[in-house]
Amino acid sequence: MSKQNRRSFLKTLGLGATAATAATYAPFAIGGSSKKVVVIGGGMGGAVAAKYIRMMDKSVEVTLIEANENYFTCFGSNEVLSGERTMDSIKFGYDGLKGHGVNVVIDKVIDIDASGRRVKTASGRSFNYDRCIVSPGVSFRYDKIDGYDESVANTKITHAWKAGPQTALLRDQIQSMRKGGTVIISAPPNPFRCPPGPYERTAQIAHYLKHNNPTAKILVLDDKEKFSKFGLFTAGWKKHYGYGTDNSMIEWVKGSAGGKIESVDVAGMTLSGEVDDYKGDVINIIPAQKAGHIAHVTGLTNDSGWCPIEGKTFESTIHKNIHVIGDSAIQSPLPKSGYAANSEGKVCAAAVVAMLNGDKIPDPSYVNTCYSVIAPGDGISVAMVYNYANGKINKVKGSGGLTPGKFDAKARAREQQNGYSWFDNITNDTFG
Amino acid sequence: MMKDTIIKSTLLVATLALGSYAQAAPSGQALGYTCAGCHGTNGASTGNAIPSIAGLSETYMVETMNAYKSGDKASTIMGRIAKGYSEEDIENMAGFFAEQEVHKNTNQSFDAAKANAGQALHEKYCDKCHTEGGTVADDDAGQLSGNAKLFMQYSLADFHDGSRDMEKKMAKKMKRMMKKDSDAFDKLVNYYTSGQ
Repeated sequence: MSKQNRRSFLKTLGLGATAATAATYAPFAIGGSSKKVVVIGGGMGGAVAAKYIRMMDKSVEVTLIEANENYFTCFGSNEVLSGERTMDSIKFGYDGLKGHGVNVVIDKVIDIDASGRRVKTASGRSFNYDRCIVSPGVSFRYDKIDGYDESVANTKITHAWKAGPQTALLRDQIQSMRKGGTVIISAPPNPFRCPPGPYERTAQIAHYLKHNNPTAKILVLDDKEKFSKFGLFTAGWKKHYGYGTDNSMIEWVKGSAGGKIESVDVAGMTLSGEVDDYKGDVINIIPAQKAGHIAHVTGLTNDSGWCPIEGKTFESTIHKNIHVIGDSAIQSPLPKSGYAANSEGKVCAAAVVAMLNGDKIPDPSYVNTCYSVIAPGDGISVAMVYNYANGKINKVKGSGGLTPGKFDAKARAREQQNGYSWFDNITNDTFG
Repeated sequence: MMKDTIIKSTLLVATLALGSYAQAAPSGQALGYTCAGCHGTNGASTGNAIPSIAGLSETYMVETMNAYKSGDKASTIMGRIAKGYSEEDIENMAGFFAEQEVHKNTNQSFDAAKANAGQALHEKYCDKCHTEGGTVADDDAGQLSGNAKLFMQYSLADFHDGSRDMEKKMAKKMKRMMKKDSDAFDKLVNYYTSGQ
């Protein structure tokens, strides 16, 4: 049997299987022209899902509802703190999606009526759907740190974990800090958005200080005992910022050594843990996290605060016809990263198109690739390929992993450049 | 072979019937879509270090992915990623990218005088195997014209210092070219970046 014949044969088998699954996934409007998808959230997951549904099937009507006119990428925002990037370089609008025929609505979703299949917005509009894709990112567990809340985060002690005005505020605070001052970063417990992010942030702030305020210090108070790309980051901190020496710009305190923070005194600019108090000139608290607000309002979350999903379709296991992608979903072993959200958005888009058309749900494949920049010319990465087998998402054995520790300066410089191309391509793939 | 396939297919039917997806086989499209975060939508890269893979010949793509997978071809990250795919996955994704239109990134800066000189070098030393700037899939060779600038610089440097293998005839021509003009790489890259 030739390759082509074998493929056709398998295709025929696939059609056979459709008959069996069609009963389970009956499209809302068989034979009708109405195939409506509402996507909530125009970040890395939602925007790419909306675009790819339109790329795969122009007969599907896609409405994307997003609260803000522009999206600032979380990745790349640490380089805004160091001045290596501008705010404009991480800002994206929705004209590209409109070009794909996505109906973009700037409004805030206040409720999803799961049984009536209707999304309601703050301005009083409602949108019917056959399938809804929810991609609201993360929200913060402010209650875990006494004295911290959204108004403090917006004005004095930022989280800067959703890029935008807080990124600019934190950058300005660092730039105007007194000579020899201390920047404190409080790093969150797992799971959280962008696992390497706090440690890239540490490196980028150190890069700025090294050249502009060389006697300043960075104190990282971590809730955890270890973190993503641990060996690569600590070696990078050592190489560029003296980590581990008496003259280190960076000090990292693990959870069991006093890194767990319980409260903040905003006026006194002091963080308190079980044992010690820490006074800073600039404080950045990256709080513990949970699924985005709308996921809680709609009851898409379980006790963990995140949304359980089926890994082949990303359909919620709580509410039918609603899919959850990106950081809000319990998508482990996929990480809460922009690239994973991109990959999940496409798998979900393909499943939604198949479900609307009564076709067999395609077998998925997923990838994560993530770059961090320790200093200009010095990049590191982590990658993994995932498949779907035995009813769940799995890491493909033998694939992926970290930048090898033996990489020389030339290879690390290439990693940084690849990271920049990654940025260009993933943002264009999502918003272009 | 045929018997073997039928047995496998029967097994597949049996697995589907049992509701298990242990034999999952993602389509070329499903696989190809996962590459886009780094290589651009449908393999059309807008970055200057990561190459476009849209429109590459199926043969070239399969060879390249297998070389990454085995470690025969050095890389920063592709070796780690290629190890995640079976032979069938690689064939399927290569089929998907072969169906895409070749993409030229025309937003990269270049020096016009160097590009002109590069054109002459290309015609003399490279054009036989990389016809029309290396945009013809039937050549089963890498895309040059309009491809990512830094990627081409890296590739030429790697060929030159021996960290990447090349065919004998290419090695011979490169040696001859470098002997005549030590700035040949810079000129060639400017020519290819111009997208002519």
